[in-house]
Amino acid sequence: MLGYILKRLLHAVPVALAVSVICFSLVQLAPGDPLAVVLPADASQETVDAVKAQYGLDRPLVVQYFIWLGNVVTGDFGKSIATGRPVLSEISNAIGYSLSLAFLASLMALIVGLSLGMLAGYTIGSPVDKVASAFAISGVSIPHYWLGIVLVVIFSVQLNALPAMGAGTNPDAGILERLRFMILPAVTLAAMPAGIVTRSVRALVAETLARDFVTALRAKGLTEVQIFGHVVKNSAPTALAVIGVQMGYLMAGSILVETVFSWPGTGLLLNSAILTRDIPLLQGTILVLALFFVAMNLIVDILQPLFDPRIKRI
Amino acid sequence: MKPAEKVRIEPALEAISLEKTFTVRGGLPGSAAKKVHAVSDVSFQLQPGTTLGIVGESGCGKSTLARLLLQLIEPDAGDVLLDGSQILQTRAGLKAYRRQVQMVFQDSSASLNPRLTIEQSIIFGPLIHGVDKESARTDAHELLTQVGLEPTLYAGRYPHELSGGQRQRVNIARALALRPKIVIFDEAVSALDKSVEAQVLNLLNELKAKLDLSFIFISHDLNVVRYIADNLIVMYLGEVVESGSVDRIYENPRHPYTKALLASMPSTDPEERTHEAPIVGDPPSPIDLPQGCRFAPRCPSAEAVCTANAPAHDPVGAEVVRCHMADPVSGHSLAGQSS
Amino acid sequence: MSIVNSEGPQTATPISSLPVTVMPRSVGYWQSVWQRLCKDKVSMICLISLILIICASFAAPLLTSYDPAIGSVIKRLKPVGTEGHILGTDELGRDMLTRLLYGGRTSLIMGFVPVFLALLIGGSLGTFAGFVGGRVNAIIMRTADVLFAFPSVLLAVAIAGALGAGVGNALVALTIVLVPPMIRITESATTQVRALDFVEAARASGAGNLTIIRVHVLGNILGPVLVYATSLLSVAIIMAAGLSFIGLGAKPPTAEWGLMLNTLRAAIYSQPLIAALPGVFIFIVSLSFNMLSDGLRSAMEVS
Repeated sequence: MLGYILKRLLHAVPVALAVSVICFSLVQLAPGDPLAVVLPADASQETVDAVKAQYGLDRPLVVQYFIWLGNVVTGDFGKSIATGRPVLSEISNAIGYSLSLAFLASLMALIVGLSLGMLAGYTIGSPVDKVASAFAISGVSIPHYWLGIVLVVIFSVQLNALPAMGAGTNPDAGILERLRFMILPAVTLAAMPAGIVTRSVRALVAETLARDFVTALRAKGLTEVQIFGHVVKNSAPTALAVIGVQMGYLMAGSILVETVFSWPGTGLLLNSAILTRDIPLLQGTILVLALFFVAMNLIVDILQPLFDPRIKRI
Repeated sequence: MKPAEKVRIEPALEAISLEKTFTVRGGLPGSAAKKVHAVSDVSFQLQPGTTLGIVGESGCGKSTLARLLLQLIEPDAGDVLLDGSQILQTRAGLKAYRRQVQMVFQDSSASLNPRLTIEQSIIFGPLIHGVDKESARTDAHELLTQVGLEPTLYAGRYPHELSGGQRQRVNIARALALRPKIVIFDEAVSALDKSVEAQVLNLLNELKAKLDLSFIFISHDLNVVRYIADNLIVMYLGEVVESGSVDRIYENPRHPYTKALLASMPSTDPEERTHEAPIVGDPPSPIDLPQGCRFAPRCPSAEAVCTANAPAHDPVGAEVVRCHMADPVSGHSLAGQSS
Repeated sequence: MSIVNSEGPQTATPISSLPVTVMPRSVGYWQSVWQRLCKDKVSMICLISLILIICASFAAPLLTSYDPAIGSVIKRLKPVGTEGHILGTDELGRDMLTRLLYGGRTSLIMGFVPVFLALLIGGSLGTFAGFVGGRVNAIIMRTADVLFAFPSVLLAVAIAGALGAGVGNALVALTIVLVPPMIRITESATTQVRALDFVEAARASGAGNLTIIRVHVLGNILGPVLVYATSLLSVAIIMAAGLSFIGLGAKPPTAEWGLMLNTLRAAIYSQPLIAALPGVFIFIVSLSFNMLSDGLRSAMEVS
């Protein structure tokens, strides 16, 4: 087991490095002189050279990459061009908001997906299954930024029941007050993973029920409740794995939903970095989100064999 | 009987000391790559107009041998001679060789492209070799008739619309479409029902005589091989342990593995009781081969000499027995008695 | 899903009823898939809606006399059902129906082109990797894996964000995002087909690699690849409109569903229906492609 974990960890290192290379290359992709934003338009050649040397931009790209990587590893992501504050502190201010949203959305998706998937898997072909499957495919096909707008129209504009945007301004707000702000964006985010979990659980339950061992259990006189226990034991690891990977996606893909709800997380940060062409902030946020995604995949890979003995621990 | 005493007829196909080792990469990074000895030192001669049977348990290297003979994979060492001459290892040389040697595979459905009609599958080879489409089609229809399928009914069908036996007939027609001299059958009837199997075997004998073919027939079914083959080689872990005429081997097997194999054969005659102990255990992994005789770990007559040295044999003889007991000077206590 | 269908339903004409002189042409694989698809009501509804939306978008100038870019200040945000403006007007007084039709053009192109390019690039690379195997396979697949380490939306946003707004840049970003999954699916399909005996038999007949790929591989991987590409269209449409929604795709005054959704956000209080309309179209198109992909998959699963 320890060997397996070690192997997975070792495997993640080159992936993380590759991710960092891509993030670094993004700056090179960006058109225009990266110094144009720092320097006045009429700067003399000496000033340009001096600033270039100061930022290390006169060195070869590979050297620049390693300098950048060294800084990133020591926690120095550079300074935001727009605010002048360190990128890392901008990100750490925002990441808690995104994490709590992603967590709540994952929880919702897990509960909805498991129940709908079980229902559908138990009643394959029935009207219940059709409704659940229709819900699932809609969840995967719906443009979630639009779902957000629709929810705002219904619950904020028409019913005036829930706040339409932001995370609230009262720092002393209780947990319930905070949750009120989270409900709409979390539901919006949960739609797609709920659909995915429903579809995988449905397939898994149907497959489990069709297998010989369930027939054998029935023949042995096990009650339906006990068989249900077996089905849950068989489907839960997959559902958890799916949701783990989805949580990485939720964090990374939060830009659209956070924009819709002006939720002050990493997605909104990314959006403002794009709008202001704040390259260090863009680079840093993308790196953190991508690494979070890599880490979630790693955690799922490591945890899955613990829950699911069918997966070999080589 | 020594080969030198026979009148030398050039064999249709000859294998000389074929060797093939596969490298298997270890699971963890850094672990050493392992070698699988799929085929070691295999030699035989296929006489024109005859059928050579190759038998052995699954995993003994039969299928690798077939692919070596077809030149689908390159041997590490050794040669394949067609009509006594080397095969040119050029594109054109291989292409010419492939017209002469064709194969029928075990899985009748996997060996036909599901998206092509029967006719398209059969004419694929001839088209590759520059035969014009019209005559290829005429030939294909004739071949279908020869294998017992009415072309007007079957040429336009897709493989899934045919039964396993019909598909295997199509595969035979496909192999024959290039007018080969030699056809290799790799477990080609193993998946068929017994009654269908008998029909196909009869068809093969018929075709062999009519079209002047030579067959190599790979199978694990000893009854089938006895019925169809003239000569036989018995393989164990990539090696030929015994070879000779079918009649000689079935009546007087000399290698303990052959004896055990034949003893395990289900007999229809209740008088014919099993004399030899059936083989115990599984064959050792071809990755970690035992030193000495490869059969020694499972052999009822194994002695110290068997685990110490590999038995000697005559590499080109028609009769091979790779066993210390067959060698009077090996030092085995039963040496020379069994023959 | 299995690539090789073993025993299909006997869709061919019964043998007994045929005159012997006529060679029966069996129903080909694709023909039978199409026949089964035609029997599936859901797939047909999806297919027809898609065809209607695509045709209407590209025939926009014939269907409406308004200019999608020109509005009227006095006619801003007229409700659905206004005379002369069946679907109302937007925040600049432009006809919504016209904008939705023209917007469909941009949105559909932004979804289709990347999938098509990914199919070409990723499909060739994947087929090549799967067919050749060995070291070449490892190099191609490990490179694809690196891009896979990036969640798709983030990668698209990152590339488009670095390149800057514009339809062209969004197409580049989306293509880069869709190539790796396309490589994966074609590689795995090709690897499966390559291991089948008919490929070996073709090689044993003396066929070269290109002939084998053309005759024996492509026809057999097309099914799963097509199913996957159809579902990718759904993803691509959502992502493309999403990029425009955050200002990384189409630029005003271009009509594009995602961009319209964004610019109409101010109208959610006064005209919520109009504000939500562009999303309805994105949803319908994306849902239709997804369901069509499911329908295709089951039409191909011959049991």
